[in-house]
Amino acid sequence: MAPQTPDDHEHRTTTLEAFADTIIPGEKRSAGDRAVAGVSRGGGAVQAGAIELLEWDATGITGGLDDFAAALNRHAAAYAAEHGIPTGDGVPPFVSLPYEDRAAMVRWLTAPGHPEKALWVSLALFCNMAYDSAAHMSTVDALAAGHPGLTSMGIAPPDADGLWRFRAWSYGRPLADVHPATTESGSPA
Amino acid sequence: MNSVERTDVLVVGTGFGGAIAAYHLAAGGAKVVMLERGPWLSSGEFEHDYKLGSSYTRIFDFVVGDGMSVLGGNCVGGGSVVYFAAMPRAPRFVFERRGSIHRRMWPAAIDRDTLEPWYDRVEESIPITKQGWDDVSYAGGLWAAACRHAGRTANPVPAAVDTSTCVNCNWMMAGCRFDAKQSLLLNYLPAALAHGAEIRPLHEVQSISRNADGDYRVHYTRVHDEDYRQTEGTGTIDAKVIVLAAGAAATPVILQRSEPALGPMPHGVGRYFSGNGERLNTAVLNEDRVREVLGLDRGDGLGYAANQIGKGPTVANWDRLDGSLPEYSRYSLEQLYFPPGLGTILALAEDGSWFGPRKKEMLERWQSWLIIFQMIEDDNEGVFGPPPARGNADRLSQQMLGVGRLTYKPTANTLGAWAMADAECKDILERDGLATVTPWTNDLVGAYTVHPLASCRIGDDPHTSALDDRHEVRGHPGIFVTDGSAVPGALTVNPAMTISALAERAIPGIVAAARERGVEVTYGAPAPDGSTSGRRGAAHLVPALMRK
Repeated sequence: MAPQTPDDHEHRTTTLEAFADTIIPGEKRSAGDRAVAGVSRGGGAVQAGAIELLEWDATGITGGLDDFAAALNRHAAAYAAEHGIPTGDGVPPFVSLPYEDRAAMVRWLTAPGHPEKALWVSLALFCNMAYDSAAHMSTVDALAAGHPGLTSMGIAPPDADGLWRFRAWSYGRPLADVHPATTESGSPA
Repeated sequence: MNSVERTDVLVVGTGFGGAIAAYHLAAGGAKVVMLERGPWLSSGEFEHDYKLGSSYTRIFDFVVGDGMSVLGGNCVGGGSVVYFAAMPRAPRFVFERRGSIHRRMWPAAIDRDTLEPWYDRVEESIPITKQGWDDVSYAGGLWAAACRHAGRTANPVPAAVDTSTCVNCNWMMAGCRFDAKQSLLLNYLPAALAHGAEIRPLHEVQSISRNADGDYRVHYTRVHDEDYRQTEGTGTIDAKVIVLAAGAAATPVILQRSEPALGPMPHGVGRYFSGNGERLNTAVLNEDRVREVLGLDRGDGLGYAANQIGKGPTVANWDRLDGSLPEYSRYSLEQLYFPPGLGTILALAEDGSWFGPRKKEMLERWQSWLIIFQMIEDDNEGVFGPPPARGNADRLSQQMLGVGRLTYKPTANTLGAWAMADAECKDILERDGLATVTPWTNDLVGAYTVHPLASCRIGDDPHTSALDDRHEVRGHPGIFVTDGSAVPGALTVNPAMTISALAERAIPGIVAAARERGVEVTYGAPAPDGSTSGRRGAAHLVPALMRK
């Protein structure tokens, strides 16, 4: 494989960011942010650390990221041509697509029967995990740092020792009649 | 070194099926070695952390198949370490199921009555709590109240949880840090070790061959303790008796891979897999309506907003567990917790999308989620293809994520039952504006199960069951299967209790087979803590099980 130039890596990153932002969208990081489409307020998968997670070899997909980005841009160029969407404004084809077209491509690539479905689902899975569980960092640190996904989901903080304990957990009263055919030990008859 | 390691009984896997067999055989005097694919963690190592590489991903496996993905334990203690500890007995009608073979699936020797003494043995060995309403989590209470509002009953679910030490942290899938969950690490396994059994973690069994003297040789690979994609050498152990309990997604794969050495396997090996009919629905609650319609209040101004709090499933609706209803229309609807990580991506937003802005808005209301777990009667549609290079999957990530060979194409019976259960969830939870309910999508990773079953099942018909009613692999005397693979089909409730009862019931036959092979072993150990009433209760069933 030819050595990567900084441009290649930058294009790969913006392409993967645009994919991650399609899965869990966020707000633009700056006025000139092209990767993040800006269709949602607050942080999305990109701000949550999707690239950091994808680039960690523990995921098993790190070695394939060049191919993911290249394939995504190939599909995007074909999609853009088919739909008459102009590309070639200095960003990779997938990044140049508006959010709705990025989303349409993700739906197509992950639909039952698509030959590359499993690959795109795995990429989406890790983008989602960056947001909903911050799988690239310790959960306690992520919460302390105001991780956008965990914070937005309202994950309660742990005790000082980093473990969760809830002092109140129950309405504490009968809330339904039990099934008449229940055994003494609480099983179905 | 040419010396061959030998043992009397080699047990593959340390979950319910393996631990129960190892305990009884070791207590009866046999030399027992247990090989476990996953690591050996103790309670102090169970972390509250979603980071890749924490206990959550070390002890837990997610194997993606074609149409079915399987979640299971991958550690010493197996499923018991990562499960939610619901331990109901299976309803009576389950044992009369006919399923896809149109005649009774279970062996004639087993029904609810004949299994009852074995359930009792399990209940004496693994402390199971009949939960009261004080133990029921907010999520369970909410489900109960919604069921009552819709004219239905709801039951606290019996669970292997010490409610006096449980802190309701809902980290059960990462292992219980507080030893509240009564996993096998607290009962059968230490008792087996006390009787001399050995446990070897990070030993992944690949296949079995047969020696000239009739003993079996087990071939294993040592697995790297952090990156499970890497291996660190191979080895073999000879044994007179093999107990396979690698889990229903792995046991048939070992037998398939052994076929060139052992000869043809029964037709049922790697066929008739059931996902226990499982499917999830997510309700997003309207907090105002929770207070107004159900009158629920946590006392701090909140109606619910407590998805994170609890101990897995605490309340189930069992109104459809009615033997007079037709097959494929009976199911339970159980409140469940599913952690982030794998627990959100398959949930569908109101507009049907699994990603995008609407999904993100749904995630913002995560604390108001209530997850309902359906267990319907499926059609045993799963079939395993040819085994992968090693183990039961091509591992993608260093831990947890792999691609297996299971294919599952749901039949009209299964799809119909899921649709019926989906409609009932909607009917109960959308009443009076309580919530919006959507099912998890099956389009991304297929259906999914946390309770794989039946891929190597017991039965009376050699064509549709890999095992006889004593759990011996047909045509391969001395090889037994005691895990979820042996259960004939979906149970409509959580299966750990039934898997365990069947394993207890299988022991007398395994002891008899070991004795035939010259192993000095007897049957009759008490419960791991020394209690004896379970043994007394099952004693009258033992002689028949020891006769071939």
